[in-house]
Amino acid sequence: MSQFAINLIFVGGSFLLYIAIAVWAKAGSTSDFYVAGGGVHPVTNGMAIGADWMSAASFISMAGLIAAGGYANSTFLMGWTGGYVLLAMLLAPYLRKFGKFTVPEFIGDRYYSPNARLIAVVCLIVASVTYVIGQMAGAGVAFSRFLEVEATNGLMIAAVVVFIYAVLGGMKGITYTQVAQYCVLIVAYTIPAVFISLQLTGNPIPMFGMFSTHAESGLPLLEKLNQVVTDLGFREYTADVDNKLNMVLFTLSLMIGTAGLPHVIIRFFTVPKVSDARWSGGWALVFIALLYLTAPAVASMARLNLMTTIYPEGTQSQPIEYEARPAWIATWEETGLITYEDKNNDGRIQLYNDTNADFADTAAQRGWEGNELSVNNDILVLANPEIANLPGWVIGLIAAGGLAAALSTAAGLLLAISSAVSHDLIKGRLNPNISDKGELLAARISMGVAIVVATWLGANPPGFAAQVVALAFGIAAASLFPALMMGIFSKRVNNIGASLGMLSGLLFTLIYIFVFKGWFFIPGTANFPDTAEYWVLGISPLSIGAIGALVNFAVAFGVSKVTAEPPVEIQELVESVRYPRGAGGAQDH
Amino acid sequence: MSGHSYDAENYWKANLRLIFGSLIIWALVSYGFAILLRPMLAGIPVGGTDLGFWFAQQGSILVFMALIFFYAWRMNKIDEQFGVHEE
Repeated sequence: MSQFAINLIFVGGSFLLYIAIAVWAKAGSTSDFYVAGGGVHPVTNGMAIGADWMSAASFISMAGLIAAGGYANSTFLMGWTGGYVLLAMLLAPYLRKFGKFTVPEFIGDRYYSPNARLIAVVCLIVASVTYVIGQMAGAGVAFSRFLEVEATNGLMIAAVVVFIYAVLGGMKGITYTQVAQYCVLIVAYTIPAVFISLQLTGNPIPMFGMFSTHAESGLPLLEKLNQVVTDLGFREYTADVDNKLNMVLFTLSLMIGTAGLPHVIIRFFTVPKVSDARWSGGWALVFIALLYLTAPAVASMARLNLMTTIYPEGTQSQPIEYEARPAWIATWEETGLITYEDKNNDGRIQLYNDTNADFADTAAQRGWEGNELSVNNDILVLANPEIANLPGWVIGLIAAGGLAAALSTAAGLLLAISSAVSHDLIKGRLNPNISDKGELLAARISMGVAIVVATWLGANPPGFAAQVVALAFGIAAASLFPALMMGIFSKRVNNIGASLGMLSGLLFTLIYIFVFKGWFFIPGTANFPDTAEYWVLGISPLSIGAIGALVNFAVAFGVSKVTAEPPVEIQELVESVRYPRGAGGAQDH
Repeated sequence: MSGHSYDAENYWKANLRLIFGSLIIWALVSYGFAILLRPMLAGIPVGGTDLGFWFAQQGSILVFMALIFFYAWRMNKIDEQFGVHEE
């Protein structure tokens, strides 16, 4: 059977499963549509949060980022998991007790201000739309590579499948498809990792294999990797970073941003009790950790594998000839994600760090005239089964896994967007007397529109698609997280304080990002080059969300102190979210 | 539960204490061991590298998991102690 047929069976089979689940879990009311009727078991919800959270970025890109950056990119591992500690202790249980459908609804009620709610809706939509573009684009790449269809056509197929189960089933359909998608993506991620770990270290568990002995050389794997990369002029894989302030702030921004992303928060509204919301956070992290503990192993092993593929006789000998390159390099060259240029015309592939001045002499002695192979970080996980010579069905599984990761996150984001539109804008502002049936229809229509917009943006990604991390996490960290946290932990922060706090945190963060990345990401409009010597105190635009959050907190407290205390009923509302007793199902009032 | 009964206040204080303690550990393993204190832990070898590297790529995630489960377990107990648990 051809590889194409195998891929088609795996991807097609998984899509049929998702649609079957959607038909089974059709939403009959707004409560079904927004919070799956509020009856999801905490372990099931934990699994759904895992799929909701782990996007194309986690599945496809993260291991590649760590492989390229080594220790320095551990920020993603800690940042994208540590946020769950904040969620489980500072937000989720209380917001579940509050018992409404959306994140802006809490902000609107707690700060007794339709304007605060509107600001929250705008933040939610900007963060979620930016994020969803990346998912749709990722799905397009997976389609074009594995099913040999045009990326745009692949995107259409993905959109139709999401449309069926998200529009039909709402949160209820999404919850159970996310559980299925979690299973697909975790199996797909783990199997190649286990084989590679066995090949390199003889240890079947990648997270242990990474810290054990490299079978071929008898050295510890990471020591061997350090040796190979430094021989070629790269920094040691485990090398410490100099700019610790930036590393701390970047990690903190990712953590706070994770805790403030609405599509993750609303998943906690689907469990029956406050205590379940606490357990859900733990289970979510268990399911996420299964991938996140494997990712650094995949990263280090794939980097070593790549180097030994190019230098089969060792780094002191000649690299391989281009004509003798393995088949997977040729396959990925067709996608443009691997490129080769024979700069010194010797017919061999020189892969080394040509930006390292200290290494220039060595390179010149060896007759090298520049690095000749560039490998896009994103292909590492997708090409892993081919690099390790695994059978065809594993490749089919990776294709289905990558799509599951992209689609499950896309569905969660689309739900967050559509519920903000139908519940916060239409019911909350334009037509408060809309019937439950009418609102359900409005939710379905806004979901449909959101899918069309996301698909169009995925096919024609605007320049800022690559800035997802800075933008989505910056906004969530600087605007939503502080407003939610103060709403629970302070009775004193009032409507004006919270609104001004969100606005100043948001503006501060956006301006800092725009100054270095270009205004609205339009190329050529940046005021300063985006390099460390221009950053204020060495803080990169990616790390600014944490400072934005501080600005938000400071402004909100300062302004609230000099303005009127919130009314008594609001202080009672804050009291009531703090005590679990009396949490009914999430409902509309 | 509403109003300002003595118990309600103590319940909230117990929650704040638990959160505070948990977040100290949360910060210590990630910002501490994995980043700022890494040079101090450089002498402790772990599989070809040092303890700080292990905390950055695996240890902190394992501690985060343990922290959330501990918090959920402890907090559900405290709910019952103060009689604010759900029926």
